[in-house]
Amino acid sequence: MRLRLIPDDTNIDFFKHAKLTFGASMVAVLLALVVWFTMGLNYGIDFRGGTTLRTQSDAPVDVAAYRTALAPLQLGDISISEVYDPASNSKKHVAMVRIQAQEGEEAATPEMISQVEGALKTVAPNIVFTSVESVGPKVSGELIQTAFLAVAASLGAILIYIWLRFEWQFSLGAVAALFHDVILTIGIFSVLQIRFDLPVIAAILTIIGYSINDTVVIFDRLRENLRKYKKRDLREIMNLSVNETLSRTLMTSGTTLLALLALLFLGGDVIRGFVFAITWGVIVGTYSSVYVAKNIVLFLGVKRDWSKKDNNTGQYANIDA
Amino acid sequence: MLQIDLWKRVLIILTCAVGLWLALPNAFYGPVEQHNDAVKAIDVAGSTPELEAQRALWPNWMPSQLVNLGLDLRGGAHLLAEVKVADVYASRMEATWPEVRDSLRSITPVRRVEAPEGELRVRIGDAAQMAPALEAARTLARPVQTITGAGQNDIVVNGSGDIITITLSDAEKQATDERTMQQSLEIIRRRIDEVGTREPTIQRQGSDRILIQVPGIGSAAELKAIIGTTAQLTFNPVVNRGADENAAPGLGNSLLPDAESPGTFYVIETAPVVTGEELVDAQPSFDQNGRPAVSFRFDTTGARKFGTYTAENIGAPFAIVLDNKVISAPTIQSAIPGGSGIITGNFTVEESTNLAVLLRAGALPAGLTFVEERTIGPELGQDSIDAGKVATSVAFIAVLFFMWASYGLFGFFANIALIINVGMIFGLLSLIGATLTLPGIAGIVLTVGMAVDANVLIFERIREELKTAKGPARAISLGYERALSAILDANITTFIIAIILFVLGSGPVRGFAVTLGLGIVTSVFTAYFVTRLMVVFWFERRRPKTITV
Repeated sequence: MRLRLIPDDTNIDFFKHAKLTFGASMVAVLLALVVWFTMGLNYGIDFRGGTTLRTQSDAPVDVAAYRTALAPLQLGDISISEVYDPASNSKKHVAMVRIQAQEGEEAATPEMISQVEGALKTVAPNIVFTSVESVGPKVSGELIQTAFLAVAASLGAILIYIWLRFEWQFSLGAVAALFHDVILTIGIFSVLQIRFDLPVIAAILTIIGYSINDTVVIFDRLRENLRKYKKRDLREIMNLSVNETLSRTLMTSGTTLLALLALLFLGGDVIRGFVFAITWGVIVGTYSSVYVAKNIVLFLGVKRDWSKKDNNTGQYANIDA
Repeated sequence: MLQIDLWKRVLIILTCAVGLWLALPNAFYGPVEQHNDAVKAIDVAGSTPELEAQRALWPNWMPSQLVNLGLDLRGGAHLLAEVKVADVYASRMEATWPEVRDSLRSITPVRRVEAPEGELRVRIGDAAQMAPALEAARTLARPVQTITGAGQNDIVVNGSGDIITITLSDAEKQATDERTMQQSLEIIRRRIDEVGTREPTIQRQGSDRILIQVPGIGSAAELKAIIGTTAQLTFNPVVNRGADENAAPGLGNSLLPDAESPGTFYVIETAPVVTGEELVDAQPSFDQNGRPAVSFRFDTTGARKFGTYTAENIGAPFAIVLDNKVISAPTIQSAIPGGSGIITGNFTVEESTNLAVLLRAGALPAGLTFVEERTIGPELGQDSIDAGKVATSVAFIAVLFFMWASYGLFGFFANIALIINVGMIFGLLSLIGATLTLPGIAGIVLTVGMAVDANVLIFERIREELKTAKGPARAISLGYERALSAILDANITTFIIAIILFVLGSGPVRGFAVTLGLGIVTSVFTAYFVTRLMVVFWFERRRPKTITV
């Protein structure tokens, strides 16, 4: 008996509600944008400068006491949050203390850090500081610029690559789908106010990579079918292509999600935000491959006159490996 | 049809074998690391039985390159320092002033006036003499010795009214910046090597920044103490000593505070007798009262200058100045001809040791500002490694089971390919000396999930072909052929992302990009060629009439 996620021959009409699904995606993107601009993002120190200390103590974290201890130092905005980790036991209580960038200082001075450490030791004598990170406002400004540049460059590169390998309609559909994934990811980070730092940007770029992978596989099949069935209706062929690749789509998403869920629950809290972003992106990316990228191709239509070229299935089809 | 040439088979098997061979040391991380350290130590300091025993932990003929663990996994300190390159302009102008004075003196009386830093302004006594004065000043300019700055002079001389303004030209500034950065890198490297830690990363970033990563060090503050000090040491004549911090030192003199007793100030001549650059050695030691001190030795020119000066100035005080603070101002008791001496101050043993290190390594040409610093404790790194191991194992087993349950024997082939794939990623990471970071581990886990994609594409395609094609051999070969274009397109786009991440990312993100990129290359290789080879081997032995995928 083989494990089958879906029956062998599916014939689901994915584009029955094309306008509805596409509309829903649009609304979701708009909502994400609204949330992003109204609630903002919980930027980590990578993007707004400041200092974070990761504390670990055998006594439970008392956020109020920590705050009181730090108040006399007059360091401006301080946020303290307990880090919940299923792997931690009664001996390990972890908290993150974030201190805003100090006026006139590029990075935290050793004096300030030892003051903070001293103050926290008065409330929790056995506290240790497992990591101390400090980023100056100048660097954080550049980091955020580079981050946006990286995302834009990736989208641009993919736009060109898909255009060269397929048609402009495909390229536009693919990039729109990626845009959708990126915005929805930023949106969920804004709604849940999860810390948004440099690794999350890496995660977003990974999502772009994963989602484009998914989109391209279906495009590839669509291109093949377009050449095979010249007379059939575009919508019919698109449905056929999605159905033919559906089993693969679910298998790949399934294995990837299996791996990601293992990381999410067992990988520790340091990379949880990063892994969460990718997990979310895999789900959104799988959806958008069909309902955003294909919908756009469906709306735009494609050139059907392939008569200039031979009937092969693709330019690599005759490679003898 | 379903055939692979013999040479291709050999090549595929060899590639896998080499990849796994290179990955092997990582399975024995501890012993191999000790072996490598011992080899290095024997190289430097000669052999001891203890080191020999450590070296024997891993055979010499085996590969011994390991995947470096990033700071987030091993713990350590990370600093991003900005070099204040403009500091050097000011000292260049300082050095130009005597030349300008000497060359203009014969034309008109000159006086130096206040100017912004990095600029030299001179008032000439007779404004009518401006043209010849400018000409004389311009003869001091020298052509810039770089390719980009060819044809330009090092200084720009302008005159207006009775003021001559001299600045460095842009080309010279660029050349100076370049030199300053090279020197700073070299000196930071020397200082860290002096302290002797394992595999520090010291890299230039952009035009004026230096990235320093030192694994295993306790905190960034400790690291800053080593590299943060400029350590410019000079020996200057003392003009007088007082308690007024606003005293006017007079032209050519400077007012400097005492390093130990606040409120004490010295007026010294700005031009030093000897500088730290003329030192050949500095060692921590103790003075005759048993207090920590630093003993030093000058090179021949330094020794001669110091000897002559002390001989001519017996009874006068001179100041030992470190980074614009007077450490001590002893009175010269007798001529010191040998070129060696001792610096006493209110040092602790640690401070004298540090100072000796700094003096040996040389002074930084310009000050540093630290714009980013991170300290990761070793226990946090260990936690991350442990969590990463558990997560990777669970992910791996889950994916293996899933593939086997879905595709049976073919799934089993894919699983073997997947295991080879992860082995090869580690082999390649070791080969290029890449650094494994926490996001890098996530990259490997993600690769495990995504690597099966190529196999899924192929197997799904074979299933489809089985419905229409004539016989299993044909279906398998068509399945591999027709899935290729999708596999390539999908992986090339992901590879583009990995490149962008690598180019624009830094630190852990870059580590992630490296594992992602390598993972794409190895997973296409293993999922396509390796599984195909296995299928062909199997098919040739069994010759099945029907297959189920």
